[in-house]
Amino acid sequence: MKKNTLLEETASQTAGPYVHIGCVPNFAGLQTVTKTDLGNSLNIDAFGGQEITIQGKVYDGDGASVLDALIEIWQADGFGIYPRGNTDIAMPSNAYTGWGRCASNLETGEFIFKTIKPGKVIFNQDQYQAPHITFWIVARGINIGLQTRMYFAEEAEANKTDPVLSSIKDQSRVQTLIAEKTSNGNYRFDIHLQGAQETIFFDF
Amino acid sequence: MKRKDEMPNRFLPREKHSHPLAYFPDYKSSIKRSPQKELLKFPTTPSEESGPVFSPSIIGELDNNLILNHADDGKSAIGQRLLVFGTVRDQHGRPIPDTLIEVWQANAGGRYRHKNETYLAALDPNFGGCGRMMTDANGNYEFHTIMPGAYPWPNGPNSWRPAHIHFSLFGEAFAQRLITQMYFEGDPLIGLCPIVAAIQDEKAVERLIAPLVMEKTVPMDCLAYRFDVVLRGREQTLFENRPEGL
Repeated sequence: MKKNTLLEETASQTAGPYVHIGCVPNFAGLQTVTKTDLGNSLNIDAFGGQEITIQGKVYDGDGASVLDALIEIWQADGFGIYPRGNTDIAMPSNAYTGWGRCASNLETGEFIFKTIKPGKVIFNQDQYQAPHITFWIVARGINIGLQTRMYFAEEAEANKTDPVLSSIKDQSRVQTLIAEKTSNGNYRFDIHLQGAQETIFFDF
Repeated sequence: MKRKDEMPNRFLPREKHSHPLAYFPDYKSSIKRSPQKELLKFPTTPSEESGPVFSPSIIGELDNNLILNHADDGKSAIGQRLLVFGTVRDQHGRPIPDTLIEVWQANAGGRYRHKNETYLAALDPNFGGCGRMMTDANGNYEFHTIMPGAYPWPNGPNSWRPAHIHFSLFGEAFAQRLITQMYFEGDPLIGLCPIVAAIQDEKAVERLIAPLVMEKTVPMDCLAYRFDVVLRGREQTLFENRPEGL
């Protein structure tokens, strides 16, 4: 039998303190390659779903805000469909993108995304996942990008049967993945890298 | 609802040994910024098996030329001129076409163009340090730049980063999202760097070190370095796995 030999993965390395130069150059004051930073807008007008705003900060093990983080989100649309679908056609520039990128504010550490509330996403032929948004966090000191998910408190029923949430042994930690609804359409989702409130990070 | 056979295959689990430790005290910033609890392992779902797709129309003419893309007309960045090239593949060796690569780096003196940067080396008015490109139909990419300088950083009393270029890659699914750094063959600072040493597997470190490739150098113009990238692969379907002869 022929053994299937796999190439080994390229190692991750920290994004470092100057990640802005490459990923959000305009934020870094560079108009070299682009006039607006990629991921700056998810083009939510093109979809017309329920608009939401997500704000938060990333905290380190001392409880200090991380001021040099870069946060990306990836999510389905209001019908639970990921923008790419099953096609290989590149997203036209005026379509809802499902992908956002935001640098933490250099003074306050706050990040903000204007997006739409995702629908339930397929898990397998019998089951759906509760509405959720994938978060990916990189920064100086983070050697490999951290992945987590934000879920919605008002989706308690769907959350209860979500295959990922229900696989969590220590159910007391599930609340680290549930955004706080601060007002209608506005959510707060803080990410704790360490400590008593350490966010659940995933190795998908 | 989609049928099972229409669902994309799951991704192979990340190879722990190929990646750096999250908590590596010699790299001081990792001490307070690494999760202390174990990551929750879960097979990829459609949320990780999909990812953003970028149109090639977002790429400008000089985006892959850092020698020129921040330079005044008729000027160019100072430094050893380089061509950096390579192929992006998955673990099965399949090239990943039409995927976005973003790069950033210090100038020839080891200075970044960033408001938080305090190193005394001079800025180069003709160098920004930011570039991007898409891989072609065969997963190949290339860009022109200058050799970044090594620079000191506040980790220990006298710490220096080896010359490096930061790479951000998307692959074809969010499960493959990767940020890494490319180093240069023969740089004695690589072995002294705790960010590199956080990777325990020497082979994985070697794969981050780009060799000089004389055949790709351009006479009277630039040296050439090759940096190939391997992103996670999907699990193979039974059909693809079937041993030959069956």
